[in-house]
Amino acid sequence: MSIQLELRDVSVALGDRTIVRDIDFSLQTGSIACLLGPSGCGKTTLLRAIAGFEPIASGEIRLHGSTVSRPGETLPPERRHIGMLFQDFALFPHLSVAGNLGFGLRDRSGPARRARIDELLELIGLRDAQHRYPHELSGGMQQRVALARAIAPRPQALLLDEPFSSLDPERREQLAREVREMLKRERMTAVLVTHDQLEAFAMADEIGVMSEGRIRQWGSGFDLYHEPADRFVADFIGQGARLPATVIDPRRVATELGEIQGAKPHGLAPGQAAELLIRPDDLMHDPTSPIRAVILERDFRGAAFLYRLRLPSGAEVLSLAPSHEDHNIGDRIGIRPAMSHLVLFAGA
Amino acid sequence: MEIALSGAPAETGRRVAIPLGGPGPRLLIGGLALLLSLPVLVVLGSLLAPDAEAWRHLAATVLPDYVANSLLLMLGVGLGTLVIGVGAAWLTTMCRFPGRRLFEWALLLPMAMPAYIIAYTYTGLLDFAGPVQTTLRAWTGWGHGDYWFPTIRSLPGAVLMLTLVLYPYVYLLTRAAFLSQSLAVLEVSRTLGNGAWRTFLRVALPLARPAIVAGLTLALMETLADYGAVQYFGVSTFTTGIFRTWLGLGNPVAAAQLSALLLTFVLTLILLERWSRRQARYHQAGQRHQPIRGYRLSGWRALGAFVFCLVPLLLGFLLPAAQLGAWSLSVAGTGLDAGFMRLTLHSVGLAAGASLLALVVALLFAYAQRLDPSRTVQLGARLAGMGYAVPGTVIAIGVMIPFAWLDNGFDGWMRATFGVSSGLLLSGTLFALLFAYLARFLSVSLQTLESGLTRIRPAMDEAARSLGLRPHQVLWRVHVPMLRGSLLTALLLVFVDVIKELPATLVLRPFNFNTLAVRAYELASDERLAEAGPAALAIVAAGLLPVILLSRSISRSRHVHSA
Repeated sequence: MSIQLELRDVSVALGDRTIVRDIDFSLQTGSIACLLGPSGCGKTTLLRAIAGFEPIASGEIRLHGSTVSRPGETLPPERRHIGMLFQDFALFPHLSVAGNLGFGLRDRSGPARRARIDELLELIGLRDAQHRYPHELSGGMQQRVALARAIAPRPQALLLDEPFSSLDPERREQLAREVREMLKRERMTAVLVTHDQLEAFAMADEIGVMSEGRIRQWGSGFDLYHEPADRFVADFIGQGARLPATVIDPRRVATELGEIQGAKPHGLAPGQAAELLIRPDDLMHDPTSPIRAVILERDFRGAAFLYRLRLPSGAEVLSLAPSHEDHNIGDRIGIRPAMSHLVLFAGA
Repeated sequence: MEIALSGAPAETGRRVAIPLGGPGPRLLIGGLALLLSLPVLVVLGSLLAPDAEAWRHLAATVLPDYVANSLLLMLGVGLGTLVIGVGAAWLTTMCRFPGRRLFEWALLLPMAMPAYIIAYTYTGLLDFAGPVQTTLRAWTGWGHGDYWFPTIRSLPGAVLMLTLVLYPYVYLLTRAAFLSQSLAVLEVSRTLGNGAWRTFLRVALPLARPAIVAGLTLALMETLADYGAVQYFGVSTFTTGIFRTWLGLGNPVAAAQLSALLLTFVLTLILLERWSRRQARYHQAGQRHQPIRGYRLSGWRALGAFVFCLVPLLLGFLLPAAQLGAWSLSVAGTGLDAGFMRLTLHSVGLAAGASLLALVVALLFAYAQRLDPSRTVQLGARLAGMGYAVPGTVIAIGVMIPFAWLDNGFDGWMRATFGVSSGLLLSGTLFALLFAYLARFLSVSLQTLESGLTRIRPAMDEAARSLGLRPHQVLWRVHVPMLRGSLLTALLLVFVDVIKELPATLVLRPFNFNTLAVRAYELASDERLAEAGPAALAIVAAGLLPVILLSRSISRSRHVHSA
């Protein structure tokens, strides 16, 4: 394993506005990373800087050991050997499927080019469609052609800009998994940009959550959900609510829901004011519990109901309950906290 | 009406404002279409009864010249407009260099310059006593006969003149195509290892090809239609040949046959354009998501781009306009007399009449198509709109022949019956002239209105009806406000086209009835270049109106793209 893509303290400015600042991460060969964040967080700008479309204001981008971007010096995109998959696929409408796949293989001999095109057609399962034109293909097929075209010249890395956003929501995760498999088969290092966390979870080995031009946390989907580093990540990934809490000792806190104990020390000092993150699956429905809450909203999710509840103090929390118990809006139900580790943020 | 509303809502929903049906309206539309296509039908019909003798004579003498010159003109103008039009379109959309935003619209200015006006302006600029040679002699000390100077009054000169005023067609359409191209498609090409230049050749150019061919077709159609410039330069083409055969040799049949041959050239162009569009089996994929940032040019490249855009603007508009201005000033004392006012009045009156007439007829066709999208009506509209592809000279022949035939027939009958001569009732009247304008320029109005009407989707009519408006109220409260821009544009475009029109006016005008275009042409032909200045300048000024309209829509589109 070697490091394929490395960003050191990268900042990008458009005009005199700094869009992205102090980005620092590196990717092993063959791993898939995702930059996840709300629109306007700078993730696409960062991706375009890696591709060479935007110059960087500070720091350094290294690709397979050699510097491709530093302030005042930007290797043009065509000389980086980076593949890019665009939001609308950007297939060449004047070329057939085979023509699109062969577009980036100009410097190969005829037979070598043909062989690579055949190999890719096989990979994406579109051998029969090779003479068709982009407008004759379905969205999913276009997506696969665009992907195969991007990886055809065996780029050093593949960049994907919201690659599934123009597809049906139902098909996104399935396609994300398919794409992941193809990339893994080709041992492709990839960076994905999206605002959809389910896409990120389905596709990426590691995820960087971005907001306001910075990476707030870098880790696996599991870590981001269960160990969010700050309030932004906690709110952005998954659902949940934050409840005022007071630290009792290294493992326990006092809240409106009673005393709650975690499996590991939480690291805050006794007596300190904090906020406790409560995920919907952290609250059990328990008719015998003395803690009562009023149902404000309910959302049928098939196997479960997601309730929005108001506690006596007025604070609101979410709770997931099995759907065979049916309560109405306005009902008062008993709830009980059930969590193994505590996610606490200092301050109120 | 009430019954229709409750009884058959689906029916009345589609049929927009006035339920129209039955054979009456269709007959009207069909008859009107036939009448308006009469000139073209007459000209084509002349092929059915060929005058073999005249034909043999033409083929043995001047025809090879006409064909060769017309083809050479097209080749030269085609190459010239292609290089300037596509090059300037690429530079102004995809590159950033000083002056780009100005060039973006200013490159359209030469459109305001009719070919016959730029031709005689350059003749004045470049002749022995003109400013260029005078300056040359002053610098070098040469005298008369000491040096060789190329003559502008030649085939290459005509190519240059036509190229300078026709490249905006290619520029305009190609630019629109580049603007609509998805930026991502160009970026993908770069990530796949193609530099800016190769991306242009391999992606942008093939994608823009249908638009480039369309622009080129327009430029070549104008080249074929030109009469004033080639006549002034003494280059024998179809149009000058038609004039000579008709007025010089007095052979209307041969002139009509030459016209038919010219029409087949035009038709070939149109078919080639259609074919090229069909070859492009693709739809433009994707949409632009972000404004074009463009390649920032600096140093020599920026200077090169600047010069590349400046030269056509300078030679195609600034320089000739300045010369016209100078001439106009030199005769300001005597030139702007009552005679000039009368010319202006004639031109404006004719243009206003023709544009109003065209608007009314175009409205008829446009609404007929909307209310009754049957094949008869569609065909009628296409037939009536055919004239724009037809050179003014051909239209003139096609109007002249049937009108003269009718006049003679009526005159003969009057003389035989009552012993009095009715003289010329139709030929050589303003009616003939207006009819020719209508036949030639109707499609300008029609296309403008059609594109305006497509923006009023049937659902809007339905929404208005469901909100309680009666059909005529829908017309006044929805259609008229939404169409207002298109109506004005249609009026303006035909108005300016009529002001600029030369050959048909020259042939069909009543005796001693002059317009600005005819007078400018006559004065220039008499080598009274300076005196032709005011009339020519007035025509150019009128020609600027649609250019301003176009450049405004360009800056609007830029606004949208950068938003």
